[in-house]
Amino acid sequence: MGKWTRRGFITAAVVGTSALVIGVALRPGNRAPGLAKYVAGDNEYLVNAWVKIDTDNRVTAIIPQCEMGQGAQTALTQMLADELDVGWDQVSFIEAPAEDAYANWALGKGYTLGDTKIPALLVGSVDGALFHVANAMHLQITGGSLSVRATGVYGLRVAGAAARQMLKEAAAEAWGVPAGEITTSNATLYHQSSGKQVPYSAFAAAAGGKTPPSVPTLKSPEQFTHMGKNRPRRDIPAKVDGSAIFGIDVVVEGMKYAAISAAPVFGAKVKSFEGDIAAQMPGVVAIVSLDDAIAVVADGYWLAKQALAKVEISWSETADDSVSSEALFARFQADLDSASADDGGKKDRQQGDSRAVFAESSRIVEREYRVPYLAHACMEPMNAVAHVHDGRCEIWSGTQNPLAFKYDVAKALGIDAALVTLTNHIMGGGFGRRSRSDAVIQAARISQAAKRPVKLIWSREQDIQHDYYRPAVVSRFRAALDKQGLPLAWENRYVNKHEPVEAPLIPYVINHQDIRSVESRSHVPFGPWRSVDHSQHGFFTESFIDELAYEANQDPYRFRRALLKDHPRHQAVLDLAAKQAKWDSPVGKNRGRGIALQASFGSIVAEVVEVSVIEGRVAVDKVVVAIDPGFAVSPDGLTAQMESGVIFGLTAALFGEIGIENGRVTQSNFHDYPMLRMDSAPVIETHIINSHATWGGAGEPATPAIAPALTNAIHAATGTRIRALPVSQYDFSKEGGRES
Amino acid sequence: MLKLKINGKEHRVDVAPDTPLLWVIRENLGLTGTKFGCGVAQCGACTVLLNGAPIRSCVTPASVAAGNAITTIEGLGTAGSLHPVQQAWIDEQVPQCGYCQSGQILAAVALLEKHPSPSDRDIDLAMSGNICRCGMYPRIRRAIHQVASGEVHMHDPEASSQEVQNG
Repeated sequence: MGKWTRRGFITAAVVGTSALVIGVALRPGNRAPGLAKYVAGDNEYLVNAWVKIDTDNRVTAIIPQCEMGQGAQTALTQMLADELDVGWDQVSFIEAPAEDAYANWALGKGYTLGDTKIPALLVGSVDGALFHVANAMHLQITGGSLSVRATGVYGLRVAGAAARQMLKEAAAEAWGVPAGEITTSNATLYHQSSGKQVPYSAFAAAAGGKTPPSVPTLKSPEQFTHMGKNRPRRDIPAKVDGSAIFGIDVVVEGMKYAAISAAPVFGAKVKSFEGDIAAQMPGVVAIVSLDDAIAVVADGYWLAKQALAKVEISWSETADDSVSSEALFARFQADLDSASADDGGKKDRQQGDSRAVFAESSRIVEREYRVPYLAHACMEPMNAVAHVHDGRCEIWSGTQNPLAFKYDVAKALGIDAALVTLTNHIMGGGFGRRSRSDAVIQAARISQAAKRPVKLIWSREQDIQHDYYRPAVVSRFRAALDKQGLPLAWENRYVNKHEPVEAPLIPYVINHQDIRSVESRSHVPFGPWRSVDHSQHGFFTESFIDELAYEANQDPYRFRRALLKDHPRHQAVLDLAAKQAKWDSPVGKNRGRGIALQASFGSIVAEVVEVSVIEGRVAVDKVVVAIDPGFAVSPDGLTAQMESGVIFGLTAALFGEIGIENGRVTQSNFHDYPMLRMDSAPVIETHIINSHATWGGAGEPATPAIAPALTNAIHAATGTRIRALPVSQYDFSKEGGRES
Repeated sequence: MLKLKINGKEHRVDVAPDTPLLWVIRENLGLTGTKFGCGVAQCGACTVLLNGAPIRSCVTPASVAAGNAITTIEGLGTAGSLHPVQQAWIDEQVPQCGYCQSGQILAAVALLEKHPSPSDRDIDLAMSGNICRCGMYPRIRRAIHQVASGEVHMHDPEASSQEVQNG
């Protein structure tokens, strides 16, 4: 299986979560008695790992996914409540605790395959090696747009259906009637001929003693009562009156506040520091040197920050002290040159014989595209509260992977993970950033050194300059065209592959394809960023296909459509976007429409953008989104994710750039790392196709297509083809728009 | 010792006068609904009302607030007696992560006090200082128009504002 690096982690985690969750209700035996101590209070009975019912017949779903605004916890509760036949006002949820017993891998232990309903996504992954990896990584991750499509489909729905069946069996036994004669609705069991009618709570304890059915019967869509309906999100009320407690809001008795300054060049260490002036400031409690950062602990955060500014730190030199963005891009290009010279690179897809086609072709189109590094810039800067005492560590923070964080902290402190508790909180944005435990580990080490509970808060400057960034990428293409200008062969070479593996692959029918990645070194740390590699490759492939449409003198929508003849779902999504955007209607002077399509995380998305470019200013007027997610569990929740993914991707495409000078990040706050704001937000329309194909994700799929739809629209409006993001580096006040 | 009037209540706090109001509200008074986002008045997460006008508490010295009426999200309305703007935020299902929403809501309250029926241009001008990283601008706009129109439509669980095609 080879070595599992951190980079391999997300892919493994993503598949691991879904694979393992399947095991929950299907695994032999009922683990509920062993889990009750974690989640069930007085008067509550755990029917199976994910459902408890109290004596007042209130049902609680136990949700193993975190909440960062994506609405997963409400959507998953809908799925469980539907299969369990519970009314919306009868059900609530709690987040599963960060305990091994609730790790996805632990829930999957003992699971044996035997069900043929494993989705294609998981085939080949549900094997011993993967379980081993999942086990080692202590999985409890929220990412990969997997909550509904994996945890929901293979976990919560199954658990709800299983619990309902267990309740029916318990009632059947007590009443001496066949279970098949018992019906359910609104958390009530009915036996029609005897007129019996009792709440679930009457049989919750007995049901909890039963073995879950190995393959419980799931509802068909026409039987759904909650799935496919809009249910108001349960986390919203606390977010409008200030009562929601994010990680940064946690208060612990005796807590002090820490500000931190990390080595500006990635990889540098603290060489020395002079902290006497800071140490003498009233209210300063401690100055802590970590290997690569200095923290000041004080009575308040503002004071800690003021004192930190007085600490003089000198950092060690590194080999990357003079590296700039341009040097990195030049290195990427040089590595692509050498890979192309010696036919190198790692193959993503090779079909047909593109080399022969290129050798004979008289018409070849070559293009190069690039995208810069990007920070996540969650609205809630990184933070954590830690209290190390008596050989133990308590953590309060908002994370996408609570259990893994617990193990990371234990490792950093050199203590057993059983001595670490982690209380997870809702997150003020995640987008992949909160899958990394760096700030939480820092908080624990600072608390350990300062010997008291500490709340560490990163400044926005730290947050922008010490992220795990979406990688900068250079991607090159060649296409060989026939006499009509249609593509015969497609060749793509790009630097540095992450995940998902299929991100650079195209759905278009082009017989000869050769797609490869080339490794190229960078000292800038990588992290998953909403839609991961799809966000870069969506821009590259959908820009190049658009350029090919123009080469063939064809309409970009119809050109794509013709090349999708083997993909009816893609075609239907593309058609819907074009139709709703009135693709063929006149768009007006200085305006343009662009279209793009990218399937990711199990959902297919097409987007049409309308822009105006007036007096050099690009305005995004309207975005039409069409998505086939298989089935929309929460149409409004899915729509909100489309809107959010579009704005997130537009911000990146229009202004997003993390630059490197002298080895360090040049941007520092929202003045030089700007975000899209109200005055430039477009109208966004979402159109959903419930094709009833395998259910897909929602959190990420709207992001990949928006950058190319935007730049294709700018090309339509101005004739300028944007091949490097962000758009803000182009000057459209000049004729035709030139790079400034 | 500074005297601060927050949400109608007098507080005496022992802080350096140049301490930003944000940290006094959060740490000294324990009102954590007001958020830290950037520290340089660029994002609006720390927005509170000073005599009804939105200010960035992260760059406002506590001494400037002394003697003025400060309103934080906790003083606007609570579950059971929500301000119409808060109710509209629920009706339109505005928040995603929710971190910026205290500031967004207070900025919207100030806007609606000044312009009970704001145009889209008014909304752009009043709300563009508040970043929503989750990008819920279209919903914020809808919610503000909803308050202005005086329509109270509680979230209808069966209603769908999206077009769904069943294939």
